[in-house]
Amino acid sequence: MSILVYVEMRDGAVRPVTREVLGEAKRLAATLGGPVTAVACATGDAGLAALGEAGADAVLLARHDAFARHDAAGHAVAVAEAARSTGAKVVLFGASSTGKDLAPRVAALLGVGLAADCTALDASGGRLVATRPVMAGKAYERLAFPMSPALVTLRPKVFAPAAPEAGRTAAVQPLAFTWDAAAPRAVVTGTTAQTGGRPDLTEAEIVVSGGRGLKGPEHFALVEALADAMGATVGASRAVVDAGWRSHGEQVGQTGKTVSPKLYVAIGISGAIQHLAGMSSSRCIVAINKDPEAPIFKVADYGVVGDLFEVVPALTDAVKRMH
Amino acid sequence: MLQVVCVKQVPDTDTRVKVAADGRTLDPNGVTLVLNPYDEFAVEQALRVKESLGAGEVVAVSLGAAGVQTTLRNVLAMGADRALHLRLDAAAPDALTIAKALADAIRGLDAGLVWLGKQAVDDDGAQVGPMLATLLGRPCVSNVSTFELAGTTARVEREIEGGREQLEVPLPAVFTTDKGLNEPRYASLKGIMAAKKKTIEERAVEAAAPHLERLALELPPPRAAGRIVGEGAGAVPELVRVLREEAKVL
Repeated sequence: MSILVYVEMRDGAVRPVTREVLGEAKRLAATLGGPVTAVACATGDAGLAALGEAGADAVLLARHDAFARHDAAGHAVAVAEAARSTGAKVVLFGASSTGKDLAPRVAALLGVGLAADCTALDASGGRLVATRPVMAGKAYERLAFPMSPALVTLRPKVFAPAAPEAGRTAAVQPLAFTWDAAAPRAVVTGTTAQTGGRPDLTEAEIVVSGGRGLKGPEHFALVEALADAMGATVGASRAVVDAGWRSHGEQVGQTGKTVSPKLYVAIGISGAIQHLAGMSSSRCIVAINKDPEAPIFKVADYGVVGDLFEVVPALTDAVKRMH
Repeated sequence: MLQVVCVKQVPDTDTRVKVAADGRTLDPNGVTLVLNPYDEFAVEQALRVKESLGAGEVVAVSLGAAGVQTTLRNVLAMGADRALHLRLDAAAPDALTIAKALADAIRGLDAGLVWLGKQAVDDDGAQVGPMLATLLGRPCVSNVSTFELAGTTARVEREIEGGREQLEVPLPAVFTTDKGLNEPRYASLKGIMAAKKKTIEERAVEAAAPHLERLALELPPPRAAGRIVGEGAGAVPELVRVLREEAKVL
């Protein structure tokens, strides 16, 4: 059963989520049968054969000059054509900002359903069943696919990349596809990097979040210092984002980002239900709050009851001393 | 310019989820239904564009059972000119079904801009906008956090991992809105009164074969009970120890 994986690239490099998706494709192929074909949209072959190490059996290269920058409309046409020409039964994408935007376009072109942001795939019964969180993780739905191919985006940081097979290469073949680049479309004119250089919230191993208990935006320096000591990314509760202390990009919860890092540290966050929804799937949760009755302690693995203005600097010092 | 805003009625974010007896749907008892929060930014942006152009019409469209007219009325109270209710009584239609129904309705309108929230906070799919645009053959940018209109070209930004992407888009086009794009207005008393006189046109939509089949809706496994490691700064050495030795996350 042919499986197709979209190769997400930025600035000519394959993004890490693609290795996670290839890893899951390889596991699925063990049950459903392969091959696993990767489809990359680029201006040229930038060492794509190496995707073999990550689990690809073959690579299709959709080459176009317009692909020097990400082009959702063009990529959608190419991936849909790759799905048709390989007879793919399953098409997988990373549920990144790029994949979440691209996969629905491919689904519309193919006229099939898409299971978005999935956290588990099961093919043990001979058919694919996808599990995905709804309402930011308050519940999970299990979906089956009455049509073929089954389109799925996989949540970053949930699926493990396959153990790399050093030296294994995948044959790179050109993909023939017809796309009218002159038709009106949205064109990327530039990208700007966030300052700070911390990993994105949805891709971070450790997230340190602050809430209203910090009493004012200036005290977020405490959160940032701990985040820097831990190599973590900073998050925020809805209350402090709505108050204008932090930007929306940092909000964790039902109207912000859903995160599942290996460690989530909640500082001065009481734990409103819509916040808990967005972080309860973290592997380990630490809460620091002065109110022992705060709902956050009900989901925390480890809690410290106390004044965050004393606890957080002490924790930052202790983490710094570890290194 | 005519603009269309597609909105969805969803459970409020304070909702505690209970699964219905069928094991596949949300128990509607005690659930408050509201305008999807991300759609508020879509409505607001359409109204701002209309205000800046000094002319035009904003049409709100929603798919669902009879109850969605309450939400459409709210959007009319915010300032939309009229509404279209695509009546479909089937529970939780999949994204492509929604997108097809919206596309059929929007094709007949000469819309320069089509707006949607970046995702609905019930199914978190984030699919309908890009699907709709693809079905309509229109340019699309999802998750826009800034929007600037210059003639028939829009300049927008969207958040990507570790940064932002800038795009240029020829109109007519479809956009989905992220939080932070604007500060949505509240409906004024005057707006609420005016909305009572505005038209909601109802059109029946036929349920086609589903593109996805929901087998089950389940609550997440409860987290194992945690523990309080201590009080105040004195608890820090023990916290660091358990994070290293028990949880192995530091």
